[in-house]
Formats: sequence, C-alpha cells, structure tokens
Amino acid sequence: MTRDHRHGPDDELALRAAALEAVLVEKGLLSTDQIDAIVERYERDLGPQNGARVVARAWVDPAYRDRLRADATAAIAELGFGGFEGATMVALENTPDVHNVVVCTLCSCYPWPVLGLPPTWYKSPAYRARVVAEPRSVLREFGIELPAEARIRVWDSTSEVRYLVVPQRPAGTEGMGEEALAGLVTRDSMIGTGLARSPGA
Amino acid sequence: MSGTTDPGVADPAAPAAPPRSNGELVFEEPWESRAFGVAVALHDARVVDFETFRAHLIDEIAAWEAEHRPSAAGYRYYERWLAALERTLLEAGLVDAPRVEAARTALEHEWSHDHDHDH
Repeated sequence: MTRDHRHGPDDELALRAAALEAVLVEKGLLSTDQIDAIVERYERDLGPQNGARVVARAWVDPAYRDRLRADATAAIAELGFGGFEGATMVALENTPDVHNVVVCTLCSCYPWPVLGLPPTWYKSPAYRARVVAEPRSVLREFGIELPAEARIRVWDSTSEVRYLVVPQRPAGTEGMGEEALAGLVTRDSMIGTGLARSPGA
Repeated sequence: MSGTTDPGVADPAAPAAPPRSNGELVFEEPWESRAFGVAVALHDARVVDFETFRAHLIDEIAAWEAEHRPSAAGYRYYERWLAALERTLLEAGLVDAPRVEAARTALEHEWSHDHDHDH
C-alpha cells in the first residue's frame, strides 16, 4: 500500500504509529499485510449495512425476530455476521413505550461486526457523558422527539455485551421486501440516536 | 463527512448516515487506521490480549477526561488509542523504548527526505 506522508499537525502521531508498526514488523510479530488486511476489512466490509439486514429480517420474519430476542448472537450469525467485538450480542427492540439507546461510557465499545467502527460523535466525551445524564435532550439534538410517556433506556456497553437496537418498523412499509426495508435502517437507528427512515423520505 | 461537532453531539448536517455499502470514512487520518490495524492484528495473532489493551485505553481516556470538560475541544479517540497501544507493548516487553525511538527517528528522516523530493 502507499503511505501518505503529508506533513501536517498529525506528523508526530503518524510517526509514533509508524515507529511502533516498524518495530513490530522487524521483530516478526506482525506483517504489514496482516495490518493492511484488517484495515481493509474494517474500511470496506464491516458496516451498518450488516446490522440493517438483521433488522429488516426481524421486521419481516416473526420466527427470526423470536430467535433474535432469545439469542441475538446466534440469530445474527445466521446472516453471517459475528466475531470480534460482537461475540456476545443483545438485541434491544424499540417499541412505542420504550426507546433504547446505546453508549459506552468508559471507552467506545461498539458492535463492530454489525455496525462497523463507531462514528466520531459516539466516541466523544460529550456524547458518552450526556446521553446517560440527559438522554431526552441528547436525542432531541439528534432530531428525535419522543412522546412524553415513552421511556428511554440507556445501555452502557461496558462488559463484553454489545447491543444492537432494533428500531420500530416505519409506517407505510407493509408489503416492502426485506432488501428495500434494509435501506430504511440507518446506522443511528441501530444505536438508538435515530429512527428508521420512512419510505420516500 | 465525519462531522465532529464540539459543543453538542450530533452533526445536524449528517443526521443519520444511511448504511453504507461502502464509502463512509471511518478513519480521519491514515495513521489512525494503522494504529487501529496494529492493535487488532496483535489480538488476532494472539500476541496481545485485547482486554489488556482495552484497560489501558480506558485509562488513557479517563486521564484526558480528568483534565478536560466533556465539551472541550481537542479530544481525539485514536490519539488515546495510540497511547494505550504504546503502553501495552512497552509493558509487555514486546517493544522497547530505545528501539521505538530509533525507528521514529529513522522514519522522520525518511519522510522529510520524501518531502524534499516533492518540491
């Protein structure tokens, strides 16, 4: 791969990262190819499109939804997703009464196999602190206005459990196929900071 | 459109990025992807226990947060990640500081040499 040696404010950090990598490769502990392969996988293959397939399947297939409730790790594996940072999955179903939202207060744990790597805001100190203390106003900043009677549950991914929020299926999607439905499932809706899109929106 | 907004949390210009089939950048700078890839590769190769690394990552994040307000500018997750990775490797004796420093110096020289040729 080609290395980008642009000079800028990140020079020192880039040098530190490259120096560590160089020593590990020199010592034969890692190869550049191994690192390249991982970066490529996380940049290209893993992402919220995977979680969207899980959600769409749960919307159209009640038996699958039951399996997802009972053992999310196994149900997600049925679609071919799983592994590191997704080895113990729990699905959180949003309902008219309960809205689930996920955070990792200590670092930024996130279900990599189904959502890829987290967006910047998910990792920010502001989100991590505020969504626990004042979830309703944080959700409002994301554009979600929940009915006053809806309860918000905030789930902290501190243990080994990783969460996938199953957003409510939007109205007007009866008869839509699974693939089209998956296109309505946004990344944020699977974290709980968004809702699934309405068709045509 | 990574949309780091400082005071708040959400980027109103990017409300709910659709599931990507490809495209959305997950790393802001190339070095971040290398630091990420090294840590995960070390775990895959069973050279480093990821939980040890994660504990250092939590410490590094907590140390930053102890000195800054949550809304403060300047927080960079992969900077914390890199610091945690350095600590993990040094403490495990998988790398030693003089050798890393020598590699850094050599790379700095090499990169500035590349740079000279660019102009």
